[in-house]
Amino acid sequence: MTAAANSALRLKPGQLNTPVAVELVGVNKWYGDFHVLRDINLKVMGGERIVICGPSGSGKSTMIRCINRLEEHQQGKIFVDGVELTNDLKKIDEVRREVGMVFQHFNLFPHLTVLENCALAPIWVRKTPKQDAEDIAMHYLTRVKIPEQAGKYPGQLSGGQQQRVAIARALCMNPKIMLFDEPTSALDPEMVKEVLDTMVGLAEDGMTMLVVSHEMGFARQVANRIVFMDSGQIIEANVPEEFFNHPQHERTKLFLSQILR
Amino acid sequence: MTMAEGDLAVTEIRFVRGATIAARPPPAAMTGALGWLRANLLSSPFNIALTILIVLLLAWVIPELVKFLLIDAVWTGADRDACREVVQHRTIGACWPFVWERWSYFVYGSYPIPQRWRVDVFFAMLAIGVVWMLWLEAPRRDLGSVYFFVVLPITSFILLTGWSAIGLPPVDTALWGGILVTIVVASVGIVCSLPIGILLALGRRSRMPAVRLFSVVFIEFVRGVPLVTVLFMASVMLPLFVPEEYSPDKLVRALVGIALFASAYMAEVVRAGLQAIPKGQFEGAMAVGLGYWQMIRLIILPQALKITIPNIVNTYIGLFKDTTLVFIVGIFDFLRTIEVARIDPKWAAPVTSTTGYAVAAIFYWIFCYAMSRYARAMEARLAQGDKR
Amino acid sequence: MSIDLPAGSPPARVAFYNDPKVRSIAYQVALCAVIGFLVYAAARNAITNLERAHIASGFGFWNNTAGFDISQTLIQFDSQTSSYGRAFWVGLLNTLLVAGIGIVIATILGFIIGIARLSKNWLVAKVAAGYVETIRNLPLLLQLLFWYNAVLKALPEFRESFVIPGGIFLNNRGLFIPQPIFKSGIGWVLIALAAGVVGAIVFYVWARKRQERTGQQAPVFSVGLTLVFGLPLAVLALAGFPLAFVFPAAGRFNINGGIEILPEFAALLFGLSIYTAAFIAEVVRAGILAVSRGQTEAAYSLGLTPGPTLRLIVVPQAMRVIIPPLTSQYLNLTKNSTLAVAIGYPDLVQVFTGTVLNNTGQAVEVVAITMAVYLTISLATSLLMNVYNSRIALVER
Repeated sequence: MTAAANSALRLKPGQLNTPVAVELVGVNKWYGDFHVLRDINLKVMGGERIVICGPSGSGKSTMIRCINRLEEHQQGKIFVDGVELTNDLKKIDEVRREVGMVFQHFNLFPHLTVLENCALAPIWVRKTPKQDAEDIAMHYLTRVKIPEQAGKYPGQLSGGQQQRVAIARALCMNPKIMLFDEPTSALDPEMVKEVLDTMVGLAEDGMTMLVVSHEMGFARQVANRIVFMDSGQIIEANVPEEFFNHPQHERTKLFLSQILR
Repeated sequence: MTMAEGDLAVTEIRFVRGATIAARPPPAAMTGALGWLRANLLSSPFNIALTILIVLLLAWVIPELVKFLLIDAVWTGADRDACREVVQHRTIGACWPFVWERWSYFVYGSYPIPQRWRVDVFFAMLAIGVVWMLWLEAPRRDLGSVYFFVVLPITSFILLTGWSAIGLPPVDTALWGGILVTIVVASVGIVCSLPIGILLALGRRSRMPAVRLFSVVFIEFVRGVPLVTVLFMASVMLPLFVPEEYSPDKLVRALVGIALFASAYMAEVVRAGLQAIPKGQFEGAMAVGLGYWQMIRLIILPQALKITIPNIVNTYIGLFKDTTLVFIVGIFDFLRTIEVARIDPKWAAPVTSTTGYAVAAIFYWIFCYAMSRYARAMEARLAQGDKR
Repeated sequence: MSIDLPAGSPPARVAFYNDPKVRSIAYQVALCAVIGFLVYAAARNAITNLERAHIASGFGFWNNTAGFDISQTLIQFDSQTSSYGRAFWVGLLNTLLVAGIGIVIATILGFIIGIARLSKNWLVAKVAAGYVETIRNLPLLLQLLFWYNAVLKALPEFRESFVIPGGIFLNNRGLFIPQPIFKSGIGWVLIALAAGVVGAIVFYVWARKRQERTGQQAPVFSVGLTLVFGLPLAVLALAGFPLAFVFPAAGRFNINGGIEILPEFAALLFGLSIYTAAFIAEVVRAGILAVSRGQTEAAYSLGLTPGPTLRLIVVPQAMRVIIPPLTSQYLNLTKNSTLAVAIGYPDLVQVFTGTVLNNTGQAVEVVAITMAVYLTISLATSLLMNVYNSRIALVER
């Protein structure tokens, strides 16, 4: 393996340039006339794990999709590792290279094998030689505990396996920040644990993570902060014990009473 | 309060919102006409260039079209001089008097003038039948099916061809022409292709090898050859295969060709619908004790047809357009009457041909577009039935 | 409560006419009998009728002299010496010519319109949609007649031809373009073209191998284009342009010299291309829409830019959905070319099922041969399509 590949296989996530991983300042977004994000202010430090929860339609997914510019915000500023997100395409590409995302419906490329799925971005974006890219892919596939599936196609895997491949695929780009958009919501119950375990492992390695999820057990175990959103605004944020045991705001109490039984 | 690196347990982490933020309207640059323009038409240099190009194109085409059809058009006149620039000393658009004068030829062909009321009755009966079948909330639609598929064909046949016994003088099909022929050919095609297509589709799925073989061969053969050759085959070879005294008349030959052709395509559409029915439906019907034909009639076909109505209507649109091909075997459909009329010396002017084609285009476009809108409405309706 | 049957009792007896197996056989026998009878009766009538009309049978007519001229022939055809068989080949070649060029134009136009319909530019999308809705709802025959009669035949007489700089005449007898005469030395240009194509392929393969080894990318597209077009052009200039043109010139009764493109050919080509492009546009649009947005989002979130995303992710998946209906449209175009008979373009149907059938009267043989040709084209294409589909099907559990 080349020296380049060796360094790419750092077990630690990519190093941030600034202490603040993600900062949203006064962010507002509209879909047509609908005010979907209202005055969002959020600061995520390097190494933090944030779990974002809230009722559906509260804007949680929209918010994290703004962070890698899958959605555009109309007012306010978003900084990712010191880089401001504007219409500047070069900046957007730079940010997307350093931010990994895992989707609710996996979005694996069905016409490529699992190995090709993972090696695609390193080859075409970071211009890694093919063999090195495949070594990196196999390394992360082993991390998520499915190296034997490398030659299969996504259609041949179970939901839990596909989501783990999706996590490995994002990791192959050695991102500094990982975004998770309801990663377990589309999985059958018996597969949720294997994916959550993978995410816990990531957290233990010090990855900065923003996770939109309803999995409160995972939040309790791993999150530094829980952020509760409703109607496009952040209603409450707190450390997990305080959040679950002493919710302050009315809406938080209502939400928790509905999901915790 | 500043945050040191790695120092996570500070009070800034804790946050509780005081007053909730009300929804605000979006910023002015985003909304209204200006915002829409910027987003849709002017979002990048390439887009701007495209927009300019298209606007120029439309600015050229649309006024020309309006000028031709309306502004420069001639509305009254007796013969070609009304539509010739050298005589009128102005730019001439469409020659509408040509259309007014020949309109009854376009609609009835050479059908004898005193008998044309029969054609009108036919059109009215057909319209009733179509509305009855297509309007899903109509009363007694089962009677409607009987009317459309049995009563209407028989009465129309008698009405149009004549039956001396009840005082309707016979009218030879060679005299029929224009919209009458187009509608007759389309209707026969539509009415025949669905039942025959269903039989062929069932035959193709049959477990009896001979039946399946015959169905497959017929469908693949007819779908693999052009309609023109099928029409040639029908018009040239059919008389050979039949003893001389029964030689079918030209229109019947064309009808047979069109009906068989449309049936093969309909068979594939129905087959797709049948394939979409889960096996459980067949099994459930058989378990209840229904015989094969009962199962097909009561359980399977209603579901299969409902699923494929959009595709059935699309096939009908194709069929309607294909009626123009009978032109090639000498039948005077609407398009052929226009072709014949436009070379009439009485109306010979440079704009006559274009006027004729414009009329034909309007006619066919209206019918086909109406059918495609119906298909889309049906599709939306069916999708609704699956939403919870 | 169970029912005890004595061991070894035979199964219940059923009346033979209720036995499904017997019924099935009976139906099939009945069907074959009916079809057999119809075929027999038809054949017998045909033989009687043909005899009565003194029409020959068999394929002997193939070698008889044709005795008529054909307005466009890609191979040598002489009314005095060429046979009906040769007329068949002329017609077939004309069909393949118009279908081949039509397919190319329709595909390019169809892809452009299909992609335009998905554009974010509202004007572009609406205009493209307008094109599709208008063209799809008008019969092809109407469009052909319009192009032929209202446009091409309405062009001026040859004495007042439109003259386009470069020696091109346009009038109601056709489009006359300069005919290239290849002098010696043209061989080098052809060799250069071949070398350019081979060079482009070699460069592509080398670039791929290098990318696998080192990760660096090379501008394959631009280099390939330069080689394929630039090399022959360079050799053309170096060899002193060994190319002459015979320019069309206005004579007393006609335009002489140059290549004549018949209005019938042009009308058929325009009509077919524009009509089929509307359908291809819908196929392309459906194919692109079939690739879910999540695929592009995942690609972007990995840092892929739109170019590679389109090339590596969207297009491969879209082509799976596009190719089967696309070949179906190609087949439709080929079958629709038979409408040539309405405007007098000498395609296979017009020449063979038209003129030859009229001259020989042998309807059965002529129509059968024509249908066999189209049937072969259709079945061969379906077969290839099935093979393609099974090869590229997405692998699933």
